[in-house]
Amino acid sequence: MSPLAGCLLVSALLFSVGLAGALTRRSAILVLAGIELMLNAANLNFIAFWRFGPHPELLTGVIFVIFSIAVAAAEAAIGLALILAIYRHAQTSDVSEIREMQG
Amino acid sequence: MTLPFWILAIVTLAGGVAAMTLRRLVHCALALTVAFAGLAGLYLNLGAEFVGLAQLLVYVGAIAILIVFAILLTRGGEGAEEHVFSPTGLAGAVIALAVFAVLAWAVETSGLAGTHAAAAAAPSNTMRQIGLAMMQRYVLPLEVIALMLTAAMIGAVILALRERRTGTAQNLSERPEMRA
Repeated sequence: MSPLAGCLLVSALLFSVGLAGALTRRSAILVLAGIELMLNAANLNFIAFWRFGPHPELLTGVIFVIFSIAVAAAEAAIGLALILAIYRHAQTSDVSEIREMQG
Repeated sequence: MTLPFWILAIVTLAGGVAAMTLRRLVHCALALTVAFAGLAGLYLNLGAEFVGLAQLLVYVGAIAILIVFAILLTRGGEGAEEHVFSPTGLAGAVIALAVFAVLAWAVETSGLAGTHAAAAAAPSNTMRQIGLAMMQRYVLPLEVIALMLTAAMIGAVILALRERRTGTAQNLSERPEMRA
Protein backbone atom coordinates (compact mmCIF):
# COMPACT_ATOMS: atom_id res chain seq x y z
CA MET A 1 0.00 0.00 0.00
CA SER A 2 1.39 3.36 -0.96
CA PRO A 3 1.81 5.99 1.77
CA LEU A 4 -0.85 8.20 0.20
CA ALA A 5 -3.43 5.40 0.18
CA GLY A 6 -2.59 4.58 3.81
CA CYS A 7 -3.18 8.20 4.83
CA LEU A 8 -6.44 8.30 2.88
CA LEU A 9 -7.69 5.08 4.50
CA VAL A 10 -6.85 6.31 8.00
CA SER A 11 -8.60 9.56 7.18
CA ALA A 12 -11.66 7.74 5.82
CA LEU A 13 -11.85 5.62 8.99
CA LEU A 14 -11.57 8.72 11.19
CA PHE A 15 -14.28 10.47 9.15
CA SER A 16 -16.60 7.47 9.52
CA VAL A 17 -15.99 7.27 13.27
CA GLY A 18 -16.80 10.97 13.58
CA LEU A 19 -19.90 10.60 11.40
CA ALA A 20 -21.10 7.61 13.43
CA GLY A 21 -20.62 9.57 16.64
CA ALA A 22 -22.39 12.65 15.31
CA LEU A 23 -25.33 10.55 14.11
CA THR A 24 -25.71 8.18 17.07
CA ARG A 25 -24.82 10.02 20.28
CA ARG A 26 -27.49 11.79 22.31
CA SER A 27 -25.24 14.38 23.94
CA ALA A 28 -25.00 17.56 21.87
CA ILE A 29 -21.39 18.04 23.02
CA LEU A 30 -20.39 14.69 21.56
CA VAL A 31 -22.22 15.48 18.33
CA LEU A 32 -19.97 18.54 18.09
CA ALA A 33 -16.93 16.38 18.93
CA GLY A 34 -17.88 14.04 16.08
CA ILE A 35 -18.03 17.01 13.71
CA GLU A 36 -14.58 18.08 14.90
CA LEU A 37 -13.27 14.57 14.17
CA MET A 38 -14.67 14.77 10.63
CA LEU A 39 -12.99 18.16 10.11
CA ASN A 40 -9.70 16.69 11.32
CA ALA A 41 -10.04 13.78 8.91
CA ALA A 42 -10.41 16.26 6.05
CA ASN A 43 -7.31 18.12 7.28
CA LEU A 44 -5.35 14.86 7.27
CA ASN A 45 -6.35 14.39 3.63
CA PHE A 46 -5.08 17.87 2.76
CA ILE A 47 -1.74 17.17 4.45
CA ALA A 48 -1.42 13.77 2.75
CA PHE A 49 -2.11 15.20 -0.72
CA TRP A 50 0.30 18.07 -0.03
CA ARG A 51 3.04 15.69 1.12
CA PHE A 52 2.70 13.13 -1.67
CA GLY A 53 1.43 15.44 -4.41
CA PRO A 54 3.46 16.72 -7.33
CA HIS A 55 4.18 20.21 -5.95
CA PRO A 56 4.86 20.15 -2.22
CA GLU A 57 6.91 23.34 -2.46
CA LEU A 58 3.79 25.43 -3.17
CA LEU A 59 2.47 24.75 0.36
CA THR A 60 -1.18 25.04 -0.70
CA GLY A 61 -2.31 22.08 1.42
CA VAL A 62 -0.55 23.39 4.52
CA ILE A 63 -2.02 26.88 4.13
CA PHE A 64 -5.50 25.41 3.61
CA VAL A 65 -5.18 23.31 6.77
CA ILE A 66 -4.03 26.32 8.80
CA PHE A 67 -7.10 28.28 7.73
CA SER A 68 -9.27 25.21 8.29
CA ILE A 69 -7.97 24.90 11.87
CA ALA A 70 -8.81 28.57 12.49
CA VAL A 71 -12.34 28.10 11.14
CA ALA A 72 -12.75 24.92 13.21
CA ALA A 73 -11.71 26.78 16.35
CA ALA A 74 -14.34 29.47 15.69
CA GLU A 75 -16.91 26.76 14.95
CA ALA A 76 -16.16 24.94 18.21
CA ALA A 77 -16.46 28.15 20.25
CA ILE A 78 -19.78 29.11 18.65
CA GLY A 79 -21.11 25.55 18.82
CA LEU A 80 -20.34 25.15 22.49
CA ALA A 81 -21.82 28.58 23.26
CA LEU A 82 -24.99 27.50 21.42
CA ILE A 83 -25.10 24.26 23.41
CA LEU A 84 -24.78 26.28 26.64
CA ALA A 85 -27.59 28.60 25.55
CA ILE A 86 -29.83 25.65 24.65
CA TYR A 87 -28.98 23.94 27.92
CA ARG A 88 -29.94 27.03 29.89
CA HIS A 89 -33.21 27.22 28.00
CA ALA A 90 -34.25 23.55 27.91
CA GLN A 91 -32.25 22.22 30.91
CA THR A 92 -30.86 19.38 28.81
CA SER A 93 -28.14 18.82 26.26
CA ASP A 94 -29.77 15.65 24.93
CA VAL A 95 -30.45 16.21 21.24
CA SER A 96 -33.28 13.67 21.16
CA GLU A 97 -35.17 15.57 23.89
CA ILE A 98 -34.90 19.02 22.33
CA ARG A 99 -37.91 18.80 20.09
CA GLU A 100 -39.58 22.19 20.11
CA MET A 101 -38.27 25.22 18.29
CA GLN A 102 -40.61 27.72 19.94
CA GLY A 103 -38.62 30.07 22.12
CA MET B 1 4.32 3.00 5.28
CA THR B 2 6.59 3.26 8.26
CA LEU B 3 5.93 1.82 11.68
CA PRO B 4 5.57 5.21 13.47
CA PHE B 5 2.81 6.17 11.04
CA TRP B 6 0.77 3.08 11.83
CA ILE B 7 1.32 3.44 15.60
CA LEU B 8 0.12 7.06 15.44
CA ALA B 9 -2.80 6.06 13.21
CA ILE B 10 -3.87 3.34 15.65
CA VAL B 11 -3.61 5.76 18.61
CA THR B 12 -5.68 8.34 16.71
CA LEU B 13 -8.36 5.88 15.64
CA ALA B 14 -8.54 4.24 19.08
CA GLY B 15 -8.97 7.66 20.63
CA GLY B 16 -11.69 8.55 18.14
CA VAL B 17 -13.59 5.30 18.66
CA ALA B 18 -13.31 5.63 22.44
CA ALA B 19 -14.50 9.25 22.31
CA MET B 20 -17.59 8.21 20.38
CA THR B 21 -18.48 5.09 22.42
CA LEU B 22 -17.57 5.69 26.08
CA ARG B 23 -20.46 6.35 28.46
CA ARG B 24 -19.05 9.13 30.65
CA LEU B 25 -18.68 12.47 28.92
CA VAL B 26 -15.45 13.35 30.72
CA HIS B 27 -13.85 10.12 29.52
CA CYS B 28 -15.05 10.96 26.01
CA ALA B 29 -13.35 14.37 26.21
CA LEU B 30 -10.11 12.71 27.35
CA ALA B 31 -10.24 10.17 24.50
CA LEU B 32 -10.94 13.01 22.06
CA THR B 33 -7.80 14.78 23.30
CA VAL B 34 -5.80 11.59 22.65
CA ALA B 35 -7.19 11.47 19.10
CA PHE B 36 -6.25 15.13 18.48
CA ALA B 37 -2.75 14.56 19.86
CA GLY B 38 -2.36 11.49 17.65
CA LEU B 39 -3.38 13.58 14.64
CA ALA B 40 -0.76 16.17 15.59
CA GLY B 41 1.79 13.34 15.63
CA LEU B 42 0.60 12.22 12.19
CA TYR B 43 1.09 15.75 10.83
CA LEU B 44 4.60 15.90 12.29
CA ASN B 45 5.31 12.44 10.85
CA LEU B 46 4.21 13.65 7.41
CA GLY B 47 6.59 16.59 7.57
CA ALA B 48 4.09 19.37 8.28
CA GLU B 49 5.70 20.78 11.43
CA PHE B 50 3.76 24.04 11.53
CA VAL B 51 0.39 22.31 11.16
CA GLY B 52 1.31 19.71 13.77
CA LEU B 53 2.25 22.34 16.32
CA ALA B 54 -0.83 24.43 15.46
CA GLN B 55 -2.96 21.30 15.95
CA LEU B 56 -1.39 20.76 19.38
CA LEU B 57 -1.98 24.40 20.36
CA VAL B 58 -5.50 24.77 19.02
CA TYR B 59 -7.05 21.34 19.50
CA VAL B 60 -5.23 19.80 22.46
CA GLY B 61 -4.75 23.16 24.15
CA ALA B 62 -7.94 25.08 23.46
CA ILE B 63 -10.77 23.00 22.01
CA ALA B 64 -10.34 20.11 24.46
CA ILE B 65 -10.51 22.60 27.36
CA LEU B 66 -13.59 24.24 25.79
CA ILE B 67 -15.30 20.85 25.54
CA VAL B 68 -14.47 20.04 29.17
CA PHE B 69 -15.89 23.43 30.19
CA ALA B 70 -19.08 22.76 28.22
CA ILE B 71 -19.44 19.31 29.82
CA LEU B 72 -19.05 20.72 33.32
CA LEU B 73 -21.34 23.71 32.69
CA THR B 74 -24.09 21.46 31.34
CA ARG B 75 -23.72 19.04 34.28
CA GLY B 76 -22.83 16.24 31.89
CA GLY B 77 -20.01 15.02 34.10
CA GLU B 78 -22.20 13.86 36.94
CA GLY B 79 -22.31 10.21 36.01
CA ALA B 80 -22.71 7.61 33.36
CA GLU B 81 -25.83 8.14 31.31
CA GLU B 82 -28.18 5.24 30.81
CA HIS B 83 -28.99 5.90 27.17
CA VAL B 84 -25.98 7.25 25.34
CA PHE B 85 -27.18 6.43 21.84
CA SER B 86 -30.14 8.11 20.21
CA PRO B 87 -33.20 6.11 19.11
CA THR B 88 -32.09 6.34 15.50
CA GLY B 89 -28.55 5.26 16.40
CA LEU B 90 -28.58 2.06 14.36
CA ALA B 91 -29.44 3.92 11.17
CA GLY B 92 -26.64 6.39 11.89
CA ALA B 93 -24.10 3.60 12.36
CA VAL B 94 -25.23 1.96 9.10
CA ILE B 95 -24.89 5.30 7.27
CA ALA B 96 -21.38 5.79 8.67
CA LEU B 97 -20.39 2.27 7.61
CA ALA B 98 -21.77 2.90 4.13
CA VAL B 99 -19.82 6.17 3.87
CA PHE B 100 -16.62 4.37 4.90
CA ALA B 101 -17.27 1.61 2.37
CA VAL B 102 -17.70 4.18 -0.41
CA LEU B 103 -14.56 6.10 0.63
CA ALA B 104 -12.46 2.94 0.91
CA TRP B 105 -13.75 1.72 -2.45
CA ALA B 106 -12.86 5.10 -4.00
CA VAL B 107 -9.33 4.96 -2.57
CA GLU B 108 -8.82 1.35 -3.72
CA THR B 109 -10.06 1.93 -7.27
CA SER B 110 -8.41 5.30 -7.77
CA GLY B 111 -5.08 3.71 -8.64
CA LEU B 112 -3.39 5.38 -5.69
CA ALA B 113 -3.15 2.14 -3.72
CA GLY B 114 -1.02 0.30 -6.25
CA THR B 115 1.39 2.98 -7.32
CA HIS B 116 4.38 3.33 -5.07
CA ALA B 117 4.82 6.97 -5.91
CA ALA B 118 8.30 8.14 -5.24
CA ALA B 119 7.82 9.79 -1.89
CA ALA B 120 9.92 12.87 -2.32
CA ALA B 121 11.61 14.21 0.76
CA ALA B 122 9.45 16.69 2.62
CA PRO B 123 10.36 20.25 1.72
CA SER B 124 12.72 21.61 4.31
CA ASN B 125 12.49 25.01 5.96
CA THR B 126 8.72 25.09 5.51
CA MET B 127 8.19 27.39 8.51
CA ARG B 128 9.93 30.28 6.76
CA GLN B 129 8.07 29.61 3.50
CA ILE B 130 4.73 29.46 5.33
CA GLY B 131 5.45 32.78 7.00
CA LEU B 132 6.36 34.39 3.71
CA ALA B 133 3.29 32.94 1.97
CA MET B 134 1.02 34.20 4.77
CA MET B 135 2.43 37.69 4.55
CA GLN B 136 2.54 37.95 0.76
CA ARG B 137 0.26 35.70 -1.25
CA TYR B 138 -2.34 34.86 1.41
CA VAL B 139 -2.41 38.13 3.31
CA LEU B 140 -6.03 38.89 2.40
CA PRO B 141 -7.37 35.50 3.61
CA LEU B 142 -5.32 35.99 6.76
CA GLU B 143 -7.05 39.30 7.46
CA VAL B 144 -10.45 37.77 6.71
CA ILE B 145 -9.72 34.93 9.16
CA ALA B 146 -8.66 37.46 11.79
CA LEU B 147 -11.94 39.35 11.35
CA MET B 148 -13.91 36.10 11.46
CA LEU B 149 -12.19 34.95 14.66
CA THR B 150 -12.95 38.29 16.32
CA ALA B 151 -16.59 38.08 15.25
CA ALA B 152 -16.81 34.46 16.44
CA MET B 153 -15.32 35.38 19.82
CA ILE B 154 -17.80 38.23 20.34
CA GLY B 155 -20.65 36.02 19.09
CA ALA B 156 -19.74 33.18 21.45
CA VAL B 157 -19.66 35.53 24.43
CA ILE B 158 -23.02 37.08 23.48
CA LEU B 159 -24.61 33.65 22.96
CA ALA B 160 -23.34 32.28 26.25
CA LEU B 161 -24.38 35.36 28.21
CA ARG B 162 -27.77 36.06 26.66
CA GLU B 163 -30.14 34.20 28.96
CA ARG B 164 -28.31 35.15 32.11
CA ARG B 165 -28.88 38.83 31.34
CA THR B 166 -32.65 38.41 30.95
CA GLY B 167 -32.85 36.36 34.14
CA THR B 168 -32.69 32.58 34.09
CA ALA B 169 -34.84 32.11 37.20
CA GLN B 170 -37.66 34.13 35.71
CA ASN B 171 -37.64 32.10 32.53
CA LEU B 172 -37.65 28.86 34.47
CA SER B 173 -40.57 29.86 36.67
CA GLU B 174 -42.54 30.66 33.56
CA ARG B 175 -41.78 27.30 32.03
CA PRO B 176 -41.99 24.67 34.76
CA GLU B 177 -42.48 21.90 32.23
CA MET B 178 -38.94 22.45 30.94
CA ARG B 179 -37.36 21.98 34.35
CA ALA B 180 -37.04 18.18 34.06
